[in-house]
Formats: sequence, structure tokens, C-alpha cells
Amino acid sequence: MDYILSGLKEAFRLLLSFDKETYTIIFLSLRISGTAVLLASCLGIPLGALVGLHRFPGRGVITTILNTCFSLPTVVVGLFLYLFLSHRGPLGMLGLLYTPTAMITAQTILATPIIAALSLVAVKGVDPAITKSAISLGATRIQTTLTILKEARVAILAALIAGFGRVITEIGAAMIVGGNIKGTTRVMSTAIALETGKGSFELALALGIILLATAFLINAGLYYLQRIRE
Amino acid sequence: MREYAIRTHNLSREYDGEVILKEINLQLERGRIHAIIGPSGVGKSVLLRLLNLLERPTSGEIYFDGKALKENNYLKLQRRMTLVFQKPALFNTSVYENVAYGLKVRRENRGSIAEKVEKALGIVGLKGYKHKRARDLSGGEKQRVAIARAMVLEPEILFLDEPTSDLDPRNVAIIEELIKYINREFKTTIVIATHNMFQARRLAHQASVLFEGRIIESGNAQEIFTNPQDKRILRFIEGKIIF
Repeated sequence: MDYILSGLKEAFRLLLSFDKETYTIIFLSLRISGTAVLLASCLGIPLGALVGLHRFPGRGVITTILNTCFSLPTVVVGLFLYLFLSHRGPLGMLGLLYTPTAMITAQTILATPIIAALSLVAVKGVDPAITKSAISLGATRIQTTLTILKEARVAILAALIAGFGRVITEIGAAMIVGGNIKGTTRVMSTAIALETGKGSFELALALGIILLATAFLINAGLYYLQRIRE
Repeated sequence: MREYAIRTHNLSREYDGEVILKEINLQLERGRIHAIIGPSGVGKSVLLRLLNLLERPTSGEIYFDGKALKENNYLKLQRRMTLVFQKPALFNTSVYENVAYGLKVRRENRGSIAEKVEKALGIVGLKGYKHKRARDLSGGEKQRVAIARAMVLEPEILFLDEPTSDLDPRNVAIIEELIKYINREFKTTIVIATHNMFQARRLAHQASVLFEGRIIESGNAQEIFTNPQDKRILRFIEGKIIF
């Protein structure tokens, strides 16, 4: 119990004293995960719309793969990416290993199927009469798709929340391809692992509380947005 | 000489081998109100969707202005007509955005859109409703928004699929007046699918009776209602169950 109370106190102290290292970690986490979710949205939403709104051979297979990727272990993604980015890997010459770019890539890979699968469900949930109305009112195919996405906006926002939740808390891939380098690739989840390993439970707990609080604030903001959109 | 907005030749539609419409031959005169009458489930909605190019026929031809349909002019043709559904599928946004939708996808300028939307909302009796959420309106109001959304486009052909089937008598009267107004003011060719013989009688100049996927009689509406050639129509007019 003492650990929890001390952790809470430490969390407040770190936040209120504007501890430089803590804020560097928080902002780096937000920058990496935010960018990853943005990229995953650019890939996942159109992919979800494509699979959800069109009939083509292999549609079922793609849907199953996307759903399977929900349980994609983060360490496996990290491992594969490591093999690609390491010196001996096919992309080793890019020198991306242990950089935020590598972490963003890993998190994008993790978030894309989640956003795609949930967007797919979202667009399939839109009343087919809406699609017919849009076409009947003279919308082109692209305009019709955009109209459906707009109708499904609340559910798509939920997909973004789920995607963000997945990547801001993940540790496996971030640790493997990021390397947990102070000031460069150390994010909240990897910092917690490090502090726990060192036995600094109070600091680890404090970072955990900050991670939860940050996730809560972001989700509260997105929920507020959802309410407005509704 | 009669001018036809749409003609069909042996138009048929099947779903998984089941024939829904069989060899439909229609001639829809320009500027007239044409009723497609028949009991529920005979394929009236499918016929409207085929004519509005929302679905492809299994076989047969559709002619617009006497010309056969071509794959490359679907959008152009589609923008000359529109369909109001039985249940108004309104977008989850304001009344204004719903009515403006068709104009926006045609990339009309903002000023012109605002002016046309205001005018259309005035005609359907929904002035002052533009900022309301469309889905919060009553059934009759929603259907009026759907009609305003179609009317604002000034389509050459307006398809109405059972537009009053879920409405109370007052709203039925309002919608029927609007249909007559649109036909009179804009010379719009209107094709209304209805199972309500009395409504067809009140509105239509021409009528076609659809039964078991086939047109069993077509022509001048008053003649069909007063002196039908097919006995099933007579029984339908008399309010008897015909299937």
C-alpha cells in the first residue's frame, strides 16, 4: 500500500515540479504514439472502408487477417522489425534501428489492423439506405464513400481510441526496436520497465500513474469529441 | 407527339435465380405523374431502383430521352433524377446539410446553395428548421426534408417509393400537395410507387399495375381506375385481397 501512496506522491511531484526528464518521456511517448496513430489512420480507415464497402474475392480472408492482428504480440512485431532494420537486415542501411522512426513504424504496424478492422465494422454498420440515398442524390463513388465514413464517424473515432490505447501502452516492440535510450527512445512504458528492473518502484509507479492519466486525458478529449459529433 | 422521359424494353431482374421483375415494358411520359401500383412485395421498389440506376437489370433495356443506357453516362444521367425512399434515409447532420447535400456533390457555389435550400425548406413548410438535427424530427418532417433534398436539385425525374406509407393523414395530405406542386411548378416527371389505390387516383395521370413481377395493365390512370381490363385490378380497386 505504501508503494502506491508513495508512487502517487512522486507522480504529483514529478508533474508539478516540471521534471525535465519526465516531461521529455511524456512528450516523446505522445509524439511517437500520436504519429503512429495518425499514420495508422491514413492506412487503416481507407483499408477498412475498402473491405467493408466492396465485394471482391479474398474479402473474407482479409477480414480474418485483420481480426487476427488484434492479438498480434507486440514483441513479435518488434522482433520482425528488428530483423529488417538490424545491420544485417534488408533495411539495415537506413540506420533506423533504435530511433523514434523505428518505434513509430512498429506502432503503426500494431495500430493499423485495429483501426482497419474497427473501421470496417463501423462502415458496415451504416444503414445501406444511406449509401443508396447518396448515390441517388448524385454523389460519385468517392463522395459516397466519404459520406459513409462521415456517418460512421463516432465508431471510427472509437477505432482511433482503441488504436491509441494499444500503442501508448505497448512495451515489447518499443523496447526491441527503440532500445529505451534516454532522451531519444525512452517512452513511458519502457521507462516503467526500466525503473521496475532497477527496483525503483516508486518512480515506476509514478510513471505508471502518469501514463494512465495521460491516456485518460486523451480518451476524455476524444470522448468529448465523439459527443459533439453525435 | 408524346415525349417519353423513360422507356423500358423487356426489363427483368432476378435475385439468386428468383425472378422479381419480368419483361417490364413501360413508357413514362415527360412532365406527368405516373403511379406504379401493386400490393406490397410485387417489385415496385426494385423497379424504381432499376430506373434510378441504383441497380442493374438482369436483362432488358432502359431508354432515357429515347436513347439506350450506356455504361459511361451513369453519373450524368443519375444527376438528372433522384429517388425519395419509403423510410427517409437522412444523414446524421443538420436539416440544412441534408438538403444541401446533392448541391454540394455537384459543387455548386455556397451562395446559390444557401438560397436554394432556404427556398426548398420554405416550400415544404420547414422554414426555421435548418439548424435542427434531421434525425430528431418527426416522421412527417423527415419525409418533407427528404422531399426538399430531392426537390432542391430540380430533377427531371423524381422517383417516390411509398413516400407516405408510414405517415398520418395530415402528413399524407401535405406530401401529396408537395408532389402535385413539384410536378406543376417544375414540370418534373414523377414516378410514384404505391400500394394505395386511392393515393394513386388522387395524384396520377398515368398508371401501371404491377402484379407478380409483371405489368398487368398500363395507361391513363382514370381509365384504369374506372374501367380496368384485368379482373385482378377491379378486385384490388374494390379493396379485396388479390394474392
